[in-house]
Amino acid sequence: MTDKKHIEYPDKSRTPLSQQPQEIEKPKDEKEIGALIRVVIDGVEVKVKMGTTILEAARKANIKIPTLCYHEDLCIAGLCRICVVEVEGMRTLQASCSFPITQPITIKTYTPNVRQARRHILDLLLTNHYGECYTCKRNGNCELQSLADEYGVDFFRFGKMERPRYEVDSSSYAIVRDMNKCILCRRCVRTCIDLQEVGVLEAINKGSKTEIATFFDKPLLDVVCINCGQCINRCPTAALTAQDPSDIIWEAINDPKKHVVMQTAPAPRAAICECFNMPPGTPLTFQLNTAIKMIGFDKVFDTNFTADLTIIEEGSELLSRLKKALVDKEPTALPQFTSCSPGWVKFLEHFYPEMIPNLSSAKSPQQMFGALIKTYYAEKAGIDPADIVTVALMPCTAKKFECNRPEMCDSGYKDVDYGLTTREMASMIQEAGIDLPNLPKTDFDNPFGTATGSGVIFGATGGVMESALRTVIELVTGEKVEKFYDHANITPVRGFEGIRVAEIKIPKVAEVPLILKHLFSDFKWLEGATLKVAVAHGTANARKILEDIKKGGIFSTMHFIEFMACPGGCLGGGGMPIPTNIEIREARARAIYQEDESYSVRKSYENPIITQVYSEFLKDGPLGHKSHKLLHTHYTKRGKFIF
Amino acid sequence: MPIVEYKNGMFSDIKPEEGLKKALSLSRGEVISIITDSGLKGRGGAGFPCGTKWNLAASASDEEKYIICNADEGEPGTFKDRVLLKEYPNLLFEGLTIGGYAIGAKKGILYLRGEYTYLLKGLLQVLEERRKNNLLGEKILGKDGFNFEIEIRMGSGAYICGEETALIESLEGQRGEPRNRPPFPVNTGFMGHPTSVNNCETLVLSARILAKGADYFKSFGTPKSTGTKLLSVSGDCKKPGVYELPFGVTIKELLKIVDGEDAKAVQIGGASGFCIPKKDFSRKIAYEDVSTGGSVIVFGEKRDMLDVAINFAEFFVEESCGQCTPCRFGTVEILKGLKNLKKGDLSLSMLKELLSLGKTMQLASKCGLGQSAPNAFISIVENFPDEVLGREEV
Repeated sequence: MTDKKHIEYPDKSRTPLSQQPQEIEKPKDEKEIGALIRVVIDGVEVKVKMGTTILEAARKANIKIPTLCYHEDLCIAGLCRICVVEVEGMRTLQASCSFPITQPITIKTYTPNVRQARRHILDLLLTNHYGECYTCKRNGNCELQSLADEYGVDFFRFGKMERPRYEVDSSSYAIVRDMNKCILCRRCVRTCIDLQEVGVLEAINKGSKTEIATFFDKPLLDVVCINCGQCINRCPTAALTAQDPSDIIWEAINDPKKHVVMQTAPAPRAAICECFNMPPGTPLTFQLNTAIKMIGFDKVFDTNFTADLTIIEEGSELLSRLKKALVDKEPTALPQFTSCSPGWVKFLEHFYPEMIPNLSSAKSPQQMFGALIKTYYAEKAGIDPADIVTVALMPCTAKKFECNRPEMCDSGYKDVDYGLTTREMASMIQEAGIDLPNLPKTDFDNPFGTATGSGVIFGATGGVMESALRTVIELVTGEKVEKFYDHANITPVRGFEGIRVAEIKIPKVAEVPLILKHLFSDFKWLEGATLKVAVAHGTANARKILEDIKKGGIFSTMHFIEFMACPGGCLGGGGMPIPTNIEIREARARAIYQEDESYSVRKSYENPIITQVYSEFLKDGPLGHKSHKLLHTHYTKRGKFIF
Repeated sequence: MPIVEYKNGMFSDIKPEEGLKKALSLSRGEVISIITDSGLKGRGGAGFPCGTKWNLAASASDEEKYIICNADEGEPGTFKDRVLLKEYPNLLFEGLTIGGYAIGAKKGILYLRGEYTYLLKGLLQVLEERRKNNLLGEKILGKDGFNFEIEIRMGSGAYICGEETALIESLEGQRGEPRNRPPFPVNTGFMGHPTSVNNCETLVLSARILAKGADYFKSFGTPKSTGTKLLSVSGDCKKPGVYELPFGVTIKELLKIVDGEDAKAVQIGGASGFCIPKKDFSRKIAYEDVSTGGSVIVFGEKRDMLDVAINFAEFFVEESCGQCTPCRFGTVEILKGLKNLKKGDLSLSMLKELLSLGKTMQLASKCGLGQSAPNAFISIVENFPDEVLGREEV
């Protein structure tokens, strides 16, 4: 039924050549003469493929080389020089992260020269780093701090920065930039330009005056930053951190008049374990509920409920658009883009404002929930919405911006008051002295209860698409998804490839189900049709698709495309535990898909509470008047240049 | 030792376009082997064999290749390329064309130092004339299949852009910052294509070698440093200027020629070079002894060597590109130390620490700038300890 394809893009990204991965031509056949090269590192012999860097070879030989500017997700920079090693026969020390092995070499990683150089480099960095470790958000999780410890730094050899040189930029709703702590490794620059292709951060000036700046050094709020926070995840120090609302949340909790409600998204639940020294991929969903209650939140709800609601609204919207295009032959913006990822939404608003009509008008699950809590729930529980404080536990920094968008007040109040990241949640739990891993489990609170597996997988790239397909296939064909896919696992849209496409043939159609009766009289027009969908994660991949659509390429013929701003989807979000790399993200994804399998109800439309909400509250059904008011939104053309 | 003598001024030993005509009568491989045989090394200072560089670029598998003339002459105290650009532009473009033919490039780029913008108009005129005379364009001098164009691109005043990979970055419109090497430009250069970056003087000399033969070239200089070198002499001497002298000339001989014999020290190789004290004036200017890109600065008896060191240190603080840690912050620490030294406020242990930091910079910096930034500081402190130490507290 489906067909998974890979698409290769010959076009170069706008990454500077120097920042693109520079690879030596490697022989394809490993058995070919010269394909494997023998290197000796500190007396240990290893055989590596041609083009392997010294750093990779050393890791293979279990030899640790310190790094700072190097990051697994990013291309090579070779500029901090902390990873220098001695290569026999070479006059100078070589940066092991950027030196490709092309011939047999002998390497020494701890000669007096190497140790001296590393110590000097550390001393120079520390001298120019405003190290206020006690009051630093990265205290205990700072790469510079651990290196200083490792190398026995016990005094500031070249003096120390007595007072901050730069003003802290906390203009953004999501990200705080403190250049006083920047060590100029430029991971953020490579993240922003190369990984995300947003290009907000770049080095300016030269020599010791070099600093990382935005366009014309404007505050982060006033540039094209999409708040994805990927730079935070890759910053070795606390030069980039998230706007932390926990103090205000504590205040709200302590205020007896306030009814403080938490909603938790699936990705943080799969990753918060990492903040408690547990291996990545240990889901703590229900222990977390206990902790949240212990902290003093009045209620804890499952964001997956509104994820299910999103699927109903967004799925109905897709079917309406298709009908408009296929039956009514009216001009319709297709493919429809998902709108759950606020980083992605802002990316589109800045860089491709002309495609805003393609964006689903459905709000993200976070915002839908906010609107429902302050209307439906307030009414049901008999609480004045003015006294309700809604907090959203999210893997995301862009959610902090999203809840502050002026249009997100459809309940008559600010729908979601605060976005809290996984990291901030963890430190709130730690501050309360709670031993999260060993807590008993608690269920989510009513009236929203526990949602479906479809909501859970929103946390991984491809999850929204899979959930949407599960529901749309069953609603349209009247058959169980399991008939087409084992265990309803729509694997073609899963995985970590940057862009994935799938085609779904609709062999036959059924009667229009009750929930959609007000929108469609029949589905005949879909019989025999092929639904073409795509999934992209990381805005660099999004850009490829959007450029292709502009050129009228194959993506312009698609019907539905899921976009996530962060690599890996929400589980790689800017609010997730640090560090991040592909193995960690894969472990989180496994946890999410395992949780999905453990649910008995795994299709959004089968969620009984959804039916209840539509019958009790959103009475005119999906895309109806009330849902339009509370669950849908509009977007702003922002453009690339802000004056 | 034969000294180059000219009846009618510099480079009057060769006729216009003699080298290019010769080159075009040979195969590309033959041109490269003549250059290799001549032992011509890069005149920018690093001294990489030109023949080897051209051969690597020529044998790289890519249809599109570039040859770049590095005219970003920024080393303090050097001005010999300016003379070439001003007085001998035809010879320079001839050399660039020969290089282009040798490596198989269709395009040459002259990267002109920002401060030399006033030369641009003249150079463009020369290029226009060369086009008219079929010395550029298609089928140059009737040679089938050899099409070559030269474009002039302007630098903007950053010293680092004289470093070949930073120069290429700058040409591509990026921040002028050195790349990781390997891969080298001969493999992955301008826009990712094989690129040979050569100094003006190297290209001019390649025209001479083609015209007069490798043996003529080798008759000058030492076995390891063949040929002649243009030296820009400035400072405390009576006859400053550009001199063409064979490699192997001693500093003493040079000082005699420029009438600066009462010097107490000579800075060879500009800010990134070494300071040679009087006792070492018998040393030779050659790749195997004291190497230079052309800058010779003479310091008379009255010069304060600490001021000289501070001056060079200030230069590097200003010109470090700021990419790698040792150079970005190391240059600042050295300048700070020197200023404290002058105030009589630097402990011997801190001075030792700074000398050791200098060694780290030489070993661990990313590019030649950082690696040579502490040279002047180290050689002045080592050679003039009595003069720089023991300053009175002010």
